[in-house]
Amino acid sequence: MRLPLLALLAKEPAHGYELKQALEVTFGSAYPSPNIGQIYVTLGRLEKDGFVRAVDVEQSNRPNKKVYYLTAAGREALEAWVDEPTEGPRVRDEFFMKLVLAPLTGISDRMALVNRQRRHYLSLMRDLDELAERTDPGNRVARLLIEGAMLHLQADLDWLERCQEDLN
Amino acid sequence: MIRAIGLVKIYQTGGLPVPAVRGVDLVVEPGEFVAIMGPSGSGKSTFVHMLGGLETRTSGEIWLDGKRADTLSESGWAVLRRQKVGFVFQFFNLVTNMTVADNVELPALLGGASPKHARERREYLLAELGLEERASAAPGQLSGGEQQRVALARALANQPRLLLADEPTGNLDSRNTRDVLKLLGKVHRQGQTIVLVTHDARVASMADRVVSLLDGQIVDDAPIARIQRRPGGTAGDIVELRG
Repeated sequence: MRLPLLALLAKEPAHGYELKQALEVTFGSAYPSPNIGQIYVTLGRLEKDGFVRAVDVEQSNRPNKKVYYLTAAGREALEAWVDEPTEGPRVRDEFFMKLVLAPLTGISDRMALVNRQRRHYLSLMRDLDELAERTDPGNRVARLLIEGAMLHLQADLDWLERCQEDLN
Repeated sequence: MIRAIGLVKIYQTGGLPVPAVRGVDLVVEPGEFVAIMGPSGSGKSTFVHMLGGLETRTSGEIWLDGKRADTLSESGWAVLRRQKVGFVFQFFNLVTNMTVADNVELPALLGGASPKHARERREYLLAELGLEERASAAPGQLSGGEQQRVALARALANQPRLLLADEPTGNLDSRNTRDVLKLLGKVHRQGQTIVLVTHDARVASMADRVVSLLDGQIVDDAPIARIQRRPGGTAGDIVELRG
C-alpha cells in the first residue's frame, strides 16, 4: 500500500479519503476496496519516514483536514520502486503443502484432495467470469486484472494436473 | 440422453495392446453440460470420439436417446450423427473446397432442412460468432481461430440433440475464446446437451458437472459448486487471492 499511495501523491497532493477514491476509480470492482483506516495508518508511517508531509487545511464548520504531499525523499523512494524489476510470483502454495503432507498422516488421500481442489478452482474461475461480465468494458485496468487472475488460475489448474499424474 | 456402460478402448498398434479407455460409465441427462478434463494420454479424446461413433469401442455399450448405438455400422453411425449429434474437432475438419457458408449449411441440408431454413440458421450462427463477413471465404483463407469457430457453427447447424467437442478453444486466443464461450453458454441455456473435452478452465467452469479422467478411468465426477463468499466479501477478494 505504501508505494501506490506515494505514486498517487506524486500526481497531486490529496487527503486520505481522496486517495481511497482514486484507488477505487482506477482499479474498479476487480480490486478489493482499500480500508480508510489502513490508508491513514500507512500515511502516518510514510510521514514518520519523511516520505510525505501533511498540512492542515482549515474547513468552515468542520475539523481541519490533513492534505498530504510528497517530499523529495518520497519521490526518490518512488523512483527506486518504479526502476527496480518486480519479483515474479512465488510458488508458496498452501494446497501443495496439504497435498504432500496430509497423506503421510493418513488424514486424506491425494486423489480426493486434488479432485476437490480442481472443482474449487473451477468455481473460482466461474466467479471471475461473472466478475468480468459485470465489469465496465471501458475500465481496461480492471479487465486486465481479471484476465491476469484467470491466467494464474489456469496455471494452478495445469499444475494440479501434473501433481495428480506424478504423485499417484 | 447419452449413456456409456463399461466403455473400453484398447489400441493394438504393433505388438503390445495399449489400453486408452478402461471401463468408463457415464450418464448425461438432457440439457446437461458436462466437461471432461484430464492430462494428455488420459483417454479423454478417445472417449468422446467413441461417444460420437468416430472411433469403434473395444467393449462396452453406448446408448443415445434410449437406443443402443455401439452396435451400429459405420453408415448407421453416419445417419445417427446427421440426425442427432454435432461434433467439434480439435483440428476443425472443414471441407476445404467449399465456402464457409456451405460448410455450415451442409449438415442442415443433409439432415433434411429446407435450403431457406439452412441459410437462416447459418446466418444466425456466423453472426453470433462474429464471422458474417467471412461467409464466402474458403476455410484455407481463415485463421485457425476463425476455422475453429466455423467448425462450432457447423456442429450446431442441425440443432443436434447432443453437441460433442474435443478442445473447442484449443487454438483460440482469449478474445475468440470469449465468442465461443458466449455461444456455448447461450445454446446451453436454450437446453442444448453438451459433452466436451477441455483443458481450458474458462470452458470447464461453464459446465454443470466436471468429469476427470486419469489413465483411462474416471477419478472424479461431480458438479461445480458456487463460491461461498465470506460475509461482506466482494468479488475483488478472488483477485487479491490470485494476485
